[in-house]
Amino acid sequence: MNSDPLWAIFLNACLINNFVLAYFLGICPFLGVSGKLATATRMGGAVTFVMVVSSMSAFGINSLLLMIDAPYLKLISFIAVIASTVQLVEMFIKKMSPALFRALGIFLPLITTNCAILGLALFQTNKGYGLLQSFVYALGAGAGFTLALVLMAGLREKLELAKTPDIVKGTVITLVLAGLLSVCFMGFAGLSN
Amino acid sequence: MIPASQSPPSGTDEFIKGIWKQNPVFVHVLGMCPVLAVTNTAKNALAMGLATAFVLIMSNLVVSSLRRYVPKQVRIVTFILVIATFVTIVDYLIQAISLELHKALGAFISLIVVNCLILGRAEAFASKNGIYRSLLDGLGMGVGFIMALLCLGVVREILGSGSLFGLQLFGEGYQEWIIMLLPPGGFFTLAGWLLLFNWLAKRRERRANSTGKESIS
Repeated sequence: MNSDPLWAIFLNACLINNFVLAYFLGICPFLGVSGKLATATRMGGAVTFVMVVSSMSAFGINSLLLMIDAPYLKLISFIAVIASTVQLVEMFIKKMSPALFRALGIFLPLITTNCAILGLALFQTNKGYGLLQSFVYALGAGAGFTLALVLMAGLREKLELAKTPDIVKGTVITLVLAGLLSVCFMGFAGLSN
Repeated sequence: MIPASQSPPSGTDEFIKGIWKQNPVFVHVLGMCPVLAVTNTAKNALAMGLATAFVLIMSNLVVSSLRRYVPKQVRIVTFILVIATFVTIVDYLIQAISLELHKALGAFISLIVVNCLILGRAEAFASKNGIYRSLLDGLGMGVGFIMALLCLGVVREILGSGSLFGLQLFGEGYQEWIIMLLPPGGFFTLAGWLLLFNWLAKRRERRANSTGKESIS
């Protein structure tokens, strides 16, 4: 059992070890969906929700697997649960808000292959978090992902207006921006002391 | 590289395309997470590349041999389960071979499961082509991926710690670029490589254009 206080877990997941900018998890949607501010916010919300649900399920599965002594099934069962959670969220959003469903488009099913979610499930079991700790960890990671995505989207909207040479347009300048953002987030490392 | 010389031309093409023309990292920008996360030394990059290539080849093989028996509706789930099985094997294999390496790569070995490159090849290629061609495709893409990881790992290790595969390259006075080992360095190095590839593509385009014009005039 891990005895980290809840606020420390949240801060750690959200700022100090930000999933996108320090662990490089979920880079694909980070680069893909961060073009517009509105989509970025919604994507962040959807990812946070899937994170919380799958983190809770991962906690349950892990306890079960430990009980029947089959840790080698961990990865397979985690990914199966995440895939079905995403399917559920997809149906839910389609029913509740067709507009949001259209806005997210292909990136909704792609949450399944978002490494941040599987990474979260693996990290929380490696760290030995309890149920409440896992919940807070998932919330923090989701908040951190949303924060990074929204910051990036804001920067990229400004960048549209800037004069950049043709050769760096697209992925290159986005990666440089992400690198600079990552430098900024490293400043939060001081918080851990 | 053996199959390239022995296979018929079409097979060679399947193999070569992954290395250069359709390089998964530099051209398709797929599978970015491990590319950025574990390339702080050349050794880690090589190990990660080999692990990913193994999973890619094996899953391509299995997916392509199962392609007639998997119903269309559940194919993605089936692919992911196949991939997850091989990743579990690799995970335990690396743990058995080198515990130190396993610690350095950490959760990123397990995260090969969600590497979009592998699922992408299973869906786009292996589920539609025969076993032989899928094998070559997996080999080519795997080699392309390893090369891309090495490109990043070598640059980051040389600049970040002044060494290559653990061998010290420069004298005592070398000032290390610590930032290259930290997360931002990954972004910057990848940006640099993409810039180089963009520039090469642009230059080739310009040359093609200018020679085209000359021939017209």
